[in-house]
Amino acid sequence: MGRESVGERSLTMETIYSCFKDKIGQVILPGDVFSFDVSAAEDSVVRAEKVICGPGLRRNGDEILVHKSGILRHKAPNLYWIDSQQKRYVPAKGESVIGIVTAKSGDIFKVDVGGSEQASLSYLAFEGATKRNRPNVQVGDLVYSQFIIANKDMEPELVCIDSCGRANGMGVFGADGLLFKVSLGLVRRLLAPQSDIVKDLEKIFPFEMVVGMNGRVWVKAKTVQQTLIVANLLESCENMTAQQRQVLFRRVAEGSL
Amino acid sequence: MEEMEEGVCAVLREYGSEQNLLSKPDGSATFLQGDTSVLAGVYGPAEVKVSKEIYDRATLEVVIQPKVGMPSVRERAREQCVRETCEAALLSTLHPRSSLTLILQVVHDDGSLLSCCLNAACMALMDAGLPMGRLFCGVTCAIDAESQIITDPTAQQEKECRALMTFAIDSKDRNVLMSSTKGSFSVKELQQCIAVSQKASEKIFQFYRDSVKRRYSKIL
Repeated sequence: MGRESVGERSLTMETIYSCFKDKIGQVILPGDVFSFDVSAAEDSVVRAEKVICGPGLRRNGDEILVHKSGILRHKAPNLYWIDSQQKRYVPAKGESVIGIVTAKSGDIFKVDVGGSEQASLSYLAFEGATKRNRPNVQVGDLVYSQFIIANKDMEPELVCIDSCGRANGMGVFGADGLLFKVSLGLVRRLLAPQSDIVKDLEKIFPFEMVVGMNGRVWVKAKTVQQTLIVANLLESCENMTAQQRQVLFRRVAEGSL
Repeated sequence: MEEMEEGVCAVLREYGSEQNLLSKPDGSATFLQGDTSVLAGVYGPAEVKVSKEIYDRATLEVVIQPKVGMPSVRERAREQCVRETCEAALLSTLHPRSSLTLILQVVHDDGSLLSCCLNAACMALMDAGLPMGRLFCGVTCAIDAESQIITDPTAQQEKECRALMTFAIDSKDRNVLMSSTKGSFSVKELQQCIAVSQKASEKIFQFYRDSVKRRYSKIL
């Protein structure tokens, strides 16, 4: 840490140039700049490591710029990203989201995914849909679908089939149940492979859950009361540590029996 | 950068902040400087009206609500200052044809209001997760009748001073992003005030860092 100043930078300014690896697991802020690990002795050939930048990081020649505040995470061998807490969803290709159908116009449905624009979903992007056999989708329905086009320059597009043409769990759902919104960080924790929160919730009572990466969660349990309990528990999980959450779930489990 | 004269030090009032306190906005923060307190809320990137959309960048709207009464020309001038600073710091080309709305509510005004608005705005933009190229902070300096430089003046000190200056300083190179001045002063005094503000901004940036660390401490 603390490299010597470059060029005409004044000594009173503390520009943070430091090696990336030192900062893994620490909080970094926008405006922090990192350069690659260049030892002073070998200045003949600068070997820049191949670094893959995930969300929150941008490449600028030899430097990596941070544009979100959060914790720097690392996955071997060379993937780095910023783990930040956010409420607003920005569409990204390949992510599965829960959308609400807002309009039918011509050959496409307009779907609200919580981003800055409404996404479009074609009639033919459902399993077994043809021009004669149209899918049964009404305005106001919930659809679980995946982005095939999502960048800053184009209107986002969704599909309800995978690359083989099978639905694979996607499509219209949600005859009953409750849809609510949580933060994106909680959604990522719910979707993690061995999620503690889901395991703890399963022990209380059985329920169905659909989690969209845009922060929307749909739950359905046997009775309306149980559905509301699950929804409230999920919403309150956001700001709790693991111990507080387990204490709360145990209290609810005892209370509902 | 000019050397600072002896006896001029950057003394700031006690400051505090809190992030993510409102449930509806995508990002919110409050910033306190002494008795001055401002609450900021950010919405975005959201849908934008076709008449207001810009094809290659995000449209930033700033609204400052005074504590009492309707917003007037004074608030419009402050909104312009805050908007110019935010546009310099945000990477708005990452969200073209979207709208970013920043709403600042003055909770109490005891001097240094514009710099408190800037600090609250920066913390709210960070809380919302909007892409920023650099952070910024606001520092107010007043030159009183004896030509002493006072940083972070109270409302009483602002009334009695002969010049009042607010600077927005950025975190990467400590450059001045925005300056808003009132009153009469010499060029040398202006440069001294800029130097004092740059020194004071380091304390504020360290405070931002500590605030964000505290916020993420639960999931660390």
